Amino acid sequence: MSSTTVTPERSGFSLSEYIVCLNGIVWREALRFLHQRERFVSALVRPLVWLFIFAAGFRQVLGISIIPPYETYILYEVYIAPGLMAMIQLFNGMQSSLSMVYDREMGNMRTLLVSPLPRGYLLFCKLLAGTAVSLLQVYAFLLIAWFWDITPPTVGYLTVLPALVLSGLMLGALGMLISASIKQLENFAGVMNFVIFPMFFASSALYPLWRVQEGSPMLYYVCQCNPFTHAVELIRFALYGKMNWVSLAVVGGCTVVFMMGAILAYDPSRGLVRRGPGGGEA
Amino acid sequence: MTATDAHITSQSSPDASPVAAVQPALSIGNVSHSYGPRRALIDVSFTVQPASFTALLGLNGAGKSTLFSLVTRLFGIQNGQIKIFGHDISRTPGEALRLMGVVFQPRTLDLDLSLTQNLLYHAALHGISRREARLRSGEVLTRIGLADRAGSKVRDLSGGQMRRLEIARALLHRPRLLLLDEATVGLDVKARADILDHVRQLVTEQGIGVLWATHLFDEIMPGDDLVVLHQGRMLAHGPMPRVIAEAGAQDVNTAFMRLTGTATLTGRPPT
Repeated sequence: MSSTTVTPERSGFSLSEYIVCLNGIVWREALRFLHQRERFVSALVRPLVWLFIFAAGFRQVLGISIIPPYETYILYEVYIAPGLMAMIQLFNGMQSSLSMVYDREMGNMRTLLVSPLPRGYLLFCKLLAGTAVSLLQVYAFLLIAWFWDITPPTVGYLTVLPALVLSGLMLGALGMLISASIKQLENFAGVMNFVIFPMFFASSALYPLWRVQEGSPMLYYVCQCNPFTHAVELIRFALYGKMNWVSLAVVGGCTVVFMMGAILAYDPSRGLVRRGPGGGEA
Repeated sequence: MTATDAHITSQSSPDASPVAAVQPALSIGNVSHSYGPRRALIDVSFTVQPASFTALLGLNGAGKSTLFSLVTRLFGIQNGQIKIFGHDISRTPGEALRLMGVVFQPRTLDLDLSLTQNLLYHAALHGISRREARLRSGEVLTRIGLADRAGSKVRDLSGGQMRRLEIARALLHRPRLLLLDEATVGLDVKARADILDHVRQLVTEQGIGVLWATHLFDEIMPGDDLVVLHQGRMLAHGPMPRVIAEAGAQDVNTAFMRLTGTATLTGRPPT
């Protein structure tokens, strides 16, 4: 055993330390994800059910006219694919953020939070790692969807990547902000009913907004204000190699706001204290 | 003279010892903490010196884990001040946390990852490059006798081995203060003794300051410093013989009972 193991004192952190930390957190999240095959399968089954069953049933009911970014008439399956990609990220973001706040992963959150790097940065890395996992899920979905005749241009698989990173971060940050600030939403069922379903249905994921406007102008405005709509549209345009600047601005702005709110609202004591005396808290 | 002896000397005659000027590894000043109306810590103050073993003794619910959560910045400090080698944990948490290694009471390892993967993750959290981290991981695994299990999943280790791995992990970034919260809970007698020996070696050989939270008397040695915590209040602090003498008792068990007014405590008195 060495006689001395004292690290010389220094202040601040170098850029390489920040990068090493980020790499480590993303690497661990990816490793854990690969070990959890059930999570991977269930993350894929959900959008595939929508694609194979719901879309097939609605194909004849809903006609889609030519709207940007599409240049021809498209099948309904093609229309909802970007919405389902965003849905994967929505579920993933909510699930991983919820577990960051409540104690399912508390042991691991402790390991993370005793890192000397700034806490805001650690939480950002964690959100980015969650986003990386959602990317694996989305690309697996796209692969299966390709066999279902959802074939965006090859370059679209590349151009959609930055859009997915941004939307993944926004949804993860939103999940963390919600779970950190709303005490009633402690379980996933609550989040499903009050966050995921309203966000998903009041968006352009399942039907184009011009159709919504015909049916209910009020709902149209709600959909326009829903950041999830813009995440879907950003992904939709990017998948076809195009840019939707309004959606980019909304998703970018929301990401920054949600992220700052989430970091401010995050209180690591909550998951611990709620377990009460004897639960490792006292 | 060991640092612990020096600390004892410095307490009895503060002006006589040069060690009196040494920065404490951990200094807790007038710390109070509440969970709503329930007060978990009430005006707690003590220090842990470098190269010393301080036992934080208290029953379950005494406030030990709350104190650990405050020292590790997991909770925000409501009242008081906590410093690690002079770095305030609230004002300069980065500098403070860099000097500190922690073993929490609940297991915090990734069971499905290998031993090495767990260590590399921890190293990354401290900004240690992958190459350096691999070197250090190999070293610490050899030191704790688990080098041949480096690629195994943590899930396959025994409870004692997991604890040893957690301690090794906490030392990976070469801290100068080590906090252990009930590190031997749930382990058999041999595993407990091994871990305690290992930690005491760290104190004597590497000069690390250790704060060891426990409710087991037989883990305390006469040369240790003792902090007695009961229902959030600190009832005694000092070298073990002095705490026993001041309580008018013969052993630590009786001293604890007199101080706290409780009847029993798990564990045997030290011999």
